[in-house]
Amino acid sequence: MININPSGLKETKWHEYVLRFVAGGIITVIAGIIARKWGPGIGGLFLAFPAIFPASATLIEKHERQRKQKKGLHGERRGADAAAIDALGAAMGGVGLVGFAGICWWLIPRYSAPLALGGATIGWLLVSLSAWTLRQLRRRLL
Amino acid sequence: MSEALVRFLIGGLFLSAFAIIGGLFKPTSFGGLFGAAPSVALATLALAISENGKAYAANECRSMLAGAVGLCLYSLLVSQFLARFRLSAPKATLFAMPLWFLTVFTLWRLFLR
Repeated sequence: MININPSGLKETKWHEYVLRFVAGGIITVIAGIIARKWGPGIGGLFLAFPAIFPASATLIEKHERQRKQKKGLHGERRGADAAAIDALGAAMGGVGLVGFAGICWWLIPRYSAPLALGGATIGWLLVSLSAWTLRQLRRRLL
Repeated sequence: MSEALVRFLIGGLFLSAFAIIGGLFKPTSFGGLFGAAPSVALATLALAISENGKAYAANECRSMLAGAVGLCLYSLLVSQFLARFRLSAPKATLFAMPLWFLTVFTLWRLFLR
C-alpha cells in the first residue's frame, strides 16, 4: 500500500536540501560540458548518471539509524536495510528511465518539447510503477 | 546569466523537486523510485532542444538508453552491497560506480557507437 507521509520531510535538514540542489546543479552542468566536448552520443550516457541516488541512500540510512538510536537501539542494521530497500526502488525507477529514454527518442523529433518531455515523464512514472508493482506481487506470491 | 548558471539552477530545481516527492512516500521502496527520476535528463534535454535542436536531443536520448540500463544494474548492486555485505551507504554507492561506467560504455560501444 502506498502512503503519503510528510513527516519524512521533517527529518531532512535544510543543509541536506541544499546538498541535493547543488549535486543536481553540478551534474547537470557536467552533463552539458561532456556533451559539448564529446558530442550528444557520449553526453546522453550521463543523463542517467546516478546523481541523486548516493545522497538519498546515505540520508535514508542516516535517518533510519537515528530513529532507532532515539529508541536506545544501535540502528546500523536497520539503516543499511532501509537504504537497500531504497536502492531496489531505484532499480525499478531505472527500468522506468529506460522507458523514458525510449519514449523521448521517439517523441522529440515528432512533437513539441513540452509534449515530448511531459509524455516521457508520464511514461517513466507508468513503467516504474509497473515494475515496482510486479516486484511487490512476486514477493507476495513467493 | 551564463548558460552554466542556468543549467545549474534548472538541474538543481528538478533534482530537488523529485527528491522531495520521493521523500513523501511510504514504503521506502516506492520512494526509492524517485532516486532514478529523470531530473538531470529533463533539465538537459529541455536546454538541448532549445539550443541545439531536436535531432541533437534525440541523439542524447538514444545514448541515455545505455545510461538507464547502467543505473538499473548499479542500483541492484548497491542494494546487494548494503543487504548482503553490510557496507555503509556511502561505500556501497561509491564501490558500485565502476559497474555503471562499465555497463554504459560497453553498451555504447556494442550498439550505439
